[in-house]
Amino acid sequence: MKLRNIFLQPTAMLMAITMLAPLAIIVVYSLLTRGAYGGVELPWTIENFTRLWDPVYGIIFLRSFWIAAVATALCLVLGFPLAMFIARSGSRKNLYLSLVILPFWTSFLIRTYAWMFLLRDTGIINSVLQALGIIREPLPLLYNDGAVILGLVYGFLPFMVLPLYATLERLDPSLLEAAADLGARPWDTLVRVTLPLCAPGIRAGAILVFVPCLGTYLTSDLLGGSKTVLIGNLVQNQFTASRDWPFGAALSLALMAVAMLLLFAARRNGEELL
Amino acid sequence: MKKGLAVYAVFAYAFLHVPLLILAVFSFNSSRFAVWQSFSLQWYRAVADDANLIESSVNSLIIAIVATLAATVIGTLAAYGIWKRGSAWLSGSLYLSLVTPEIVTGASLLALFQWIFRFAHLRLGMHTVILAHVGFSLAYVVVVVLARLRSYDRTLEEAALDLGATEFGAFWRVTLPYLTPAIAAAAMLAFTVSIDDYVITSLVAGVDSQTLPMVIYAMARRGVNPALNAVSTLVVFGLGMLIMLSERLRKT
Repeated sequence: MKLRNIFLQPTAMLMAITMLAPLAIIVVYSLLTRGAYGGVELPWTIENFTRLWDPVYGIIFLRSFWIAAVATALCLVLGFPLAMFIARSGSRKNLYLSLVILPFWTSFLIRTYAWMFLLRDTGIINSVLQALGIIREPLPLLYNDGAVILGLVYGFLPFMVLPLYATLERLDPSLLEAAADLGARPWDTLVRVTLPLCAPGIRAGAILVFVPCLGTYLTSDLLGGSKTVLIGNLVQNQFTASRDWPFGAALSLALMAVAMLLLFAARRNGEELL
Repeated sequence: MKKGLAVYAVFAYAFLHVPLLILAVFSFNSSRFAVWQSFSLQWYRAVADDANLIESSVNSLIIAIVATLAATVIGTLAAYGIWKRGSAWLSGSLYLSLVTPEIVTGASLLALFQWIFRFAHLRLGMHTVILAHVGFSLAYVVVVVLARLRSYDRTLEEAALDLGATEFGAFWRVTLPYLTPAIAAAAMLAFTVSIDDYVITSLVAGVDSQTLPMVIYAMARRGVNPALNAVSTLVVFGLGMLIMLSERLRKT
């Protein structure tokens, strides 16, 4: 056997066990009936997929989209100037860049918890505002959609900044000079030259942020409390408390299908990852 | 405009880093409330006395080390294999594993394990967690190592073969040394994604394989707890040291 084939065997086996077999099981389960004791039973049915159209779940899907979209837009708005700052900072580029990447290496869970510590009723923000006499009652900062969006932006901002920086870095400065020479004000140059040229970076960043935000489970559970139920929480619930595996499987497939569709749509002239 | 950007950047960096700094500062606070009282190490003592935290930290370390070693070796071999001649279905499934939402990965693995357990006398435990971790960190390793291989000159291997090296000898003594920095970076990445994972782990862990993120998560859900600030500070500090160490190694 060729060396290359031997080298690929362990990965092929692992992918078969941890990726393809689970996926196959999910597909089969999504077409079965929920068992009396929480397992799965015959007969075959497509009821799990028709249930997805139930408005109860439709609202959860829409909310997940909405929250992921707002978080992505905020990441873009907040991340673009930062990426521009780094791209123009000359010899200190690497330092500034690693300051953006650093949080990526620290625990996502702990960074989410940090916001619980800041936002709760007796947290820093409320304590300071109360001590200053600005408010009497603590503001309800935690356990709402706003807190979830904040947590997502905080967690995924680096994913937006990195691809934006990569495109801004490659931007030919003479194009900007040309625009200025032709009479464009800085704002016009930004909107009509820089932004369009950054489209690939924006697309990559938007996908890198939107897809994980859409399937988020941890952030919405910790910062949204029981009020913010998103697709991720719904899936988790079907596989644990509700013990409705067939429906959980159908939901998982729907979530994956949406993610795949978005990735496929954004792949247009995108760079191949693998 | 340049000045405006710099001012903005200060705020952006504060947004990224100040929350963790505040958490760290208040882990040394003697009060359990968010009002500074006095310096104290009592929450660190509470952490050291918490058997649950210690046990789960040990579990997390075992899982992360075993999973990192396995994923790094297997992933490096795979990256080399894919670089030699692409494998569409393997690249496809690795890509799929990168983009699948964590909750779906975890739930589908749980479904598979439960199905297997119908036929075998096995239970969820460290082995299922390690298997899951190797599975999801593998793609990260392949991506990082493959990126380095893209800039590798194929003729170097050919030269080794012409000079009489075996196919394996050329890989072992010519290609692998070139890949070392990428392999180290890949291992670091695998380690950090493994030690931090909560979503997948919580679904495939058994009663005897609680990991640190699972305990932290349970504590966080019960509400804010100063001991949790201390644990968080220790974890962030530990990971920080690890990154600095690996940077140092990379430069020498």
